[in-house]
Amino acid sequence: MSTTSRPHILCLGLSYQTAPVEVREHFAIPEAELPGALGTLTSMPGIAEAVIVSTCNRVEFYAAASDVPTAMCSLQRFAAERGGMVPAVPEPFFAHDGTATIEHLFRVVSGLDSMIIGETEILGQVKKAYAAAAASGSTSRNLNKFFQRAFNVAKEVRTQTSITRGPVSVGSATVDLAEKIFGRLATCHVMILGAGETSELTARALLLRGVKSVFVANRTYDRAAALAAEMGGEAIRFEECDRRYHEIDILISSTSAPHAIVTYDKIAPVMSQRPGRPLFIIDLAVPRDVEPSVNDIEGTYLYDIDSLQAIARQGIEMRRQEVSRCEQLIARHVGEFHEWLGAKRPESEAFGISVTEPTA
Amino acid sequence: MDKTPLILSTFCFLLGFAVTLRALKSGHYRPRRLNLAMMAAGFVFQTVFLVGRGRAISHCPLTNLFEVLVFLSWSIALFYFLIGSAYRLSLLGMFTEPLLFLIQTVALLAPVDTPHRLFAGHNPWLELHAALSVMAYGAFAMAGVAGVMFLAQERRLKTRRIGVAFFQMPPIADLATANLRLLWSGLLLLTAGQASAAGIRMEVAPRVLIWGGTMWVSYLLLLLARRLGPRRIAVLSVAAFALSAVALCALNHFSQVNQGTGL
Repeated sequence: MSTTSRPHILCLGLSYQTAPVEVREHFAIPEAELPGALGTLTSMPGIAEAVIVSTCNRVEFYAAASDVPTAMCSLQRFAAERGGMVPAVPEPFFAHDGTATIEHLFRVVSGLDSMIIGETEILGQVKKAYAAAAASGSTSRNLNKFFQRAFNVAKEVRTQTSITRGPVSVGSATVDLAEKIFGRLATCHVMILGAGETSELTARALLLRGVKSVFVANRTYDRAAALAAEMGGEAIRFEECDRRYHEIDILISSTSAPHAIVTYDKIAPVMSQRPGRPLFIIDLAVPRDVEPSVNDIEGTYLYDIDSLQAIARQGIEMRRQEVSRCEQLIARHVGEFHEWLGAKRPESEAFGISVTEPTA
Repeated sequence: MDKTPLILSTFCFLLGFAVTLRALKSGHYRPRRLNLAMMAAGFVFQTVFLVGRGRAISHCPLTNLFEVLVFLSWSIALFYFLIGSAYRLSLLGMFTEPLLFLIQTVALLAPVDTPHRLFAGHNPWLELHAALSVMAYGAFAMAGVAGVMFLAQERRLKTRRIGVAFFQMPPIADLATANLRLLWSGLLLLTAGQASAAGIRMEVAPRVLIWGGTMWVSYLLLLLARRLGPRRIAVLSVAAFALSAVALCALNHFSQVNQGTGL
């Protein structure tokens, strides 16, 4: 005969907030090792179901159990064995039970617990971790429902709030602005003037969004050639760049010139020859490479490092302001899921265990 | 004739605008399907009203200024749905809905639903001419809306005042394309409307012809002057629609005075 019991979901983990990378790396579990690790975990006392989330920023063990102290001891022992530590909760670990676990996962998948608030990569990583656990048979009704609800919450948070909106770095501000100017970037040609680290990172961010080509110009031609080769672009001589402005849509300038090298007089004639084709100029240099008056030319949009940083700060602030709305939304789902979990169900159903009725 | 569908349509546009405005004010705007749903519901009610009106008068419902305004509003909504899915869920609806609400409110409240004096006899050419011309103005109105959005977005980019709304607006390149596409659509419809006027065989006052011709030439010149650049084209498309709205009222007035017609 089946008995009734309240299932519990608990979590033991560490993240960039609680442990530095030199600690986290000891606990990280590569994808190939996940099935084995999950098998070990579910064979430990008190653990009925398990999911392991292991990313560069966090390692978290989720379990469904009826006996919380036993299951938590098992999780601690498992973690300690992985990290080669004594079987006690080490300092960098956090442990959650009940609604705290539910709230924690909902926050994690929604990007509220991420280094960059609102980033969406974590959702994909958790989905992958759950899929691996489901494939290895270490999840059942409780964790299946828990993770699926978490993914729904993440989707709702993304669609009903602006938590993923707004740039958070100079690179993402540049890409977002470029997309608001040109729409699709697939037809855009980029010129990097001065092969500095920031301009390289910015150009790479644009390349990831599919810009058509990249020209690299540098005082030292060899450096330009090396960077162009790395990016799959074309190196051009520094003296040649004035003659190539008419070909480009985005100019990233970051030279160490002591005075402006991109002037109104150079850009105005170029723009008058191409009505309807904007030019987006990103001036990352200090002192600035581009005369501020260039922004007065029709179709030219000039952003210096300060204005890009201001946009990134504004983007972060916009996301921060959204956090409380996300939390309200999450709180509602936490309550609902906790209620579902607490509903009296036969133990066999609660833990996905097949119980055979004794025969006379 | 029952105006309930038109009143419901007007409320849909008002509600859609209010929802967007409230969301924008709170700083948490995200394009919502509700805006599209309100536009779609408003369009359906407009269509129901116009079909009913057409049946009741046994003519294309363009027999007085009231019907012209409702038909214009319907044309604007139609172009809203035609110019591409990329813009539908963006702030385009936010700019379109108040325009539709305003036009329909004027139509409902102003004493312009006078007895039908147009089409004493059945003249399909006249009906075609009127319908195509009003649809052309619908396209020009939407071009004006796209122009306003382009100018707003362009100004934010130039002044570097990037707010929540900035990221909801379409890229300026798309707005410039939509603006041009709508201007061309309007010009083609206007041309077809002018061409169909040849079959009307009614006497038309010279100033009506001059107004119509001036509008057609103005839009043609605007479209041929591609070297103006998207910003100036956006400014001119807004100005041209304002003028065309005046022209539409003037044409209606002169036609009624001179021929007892609605256009």
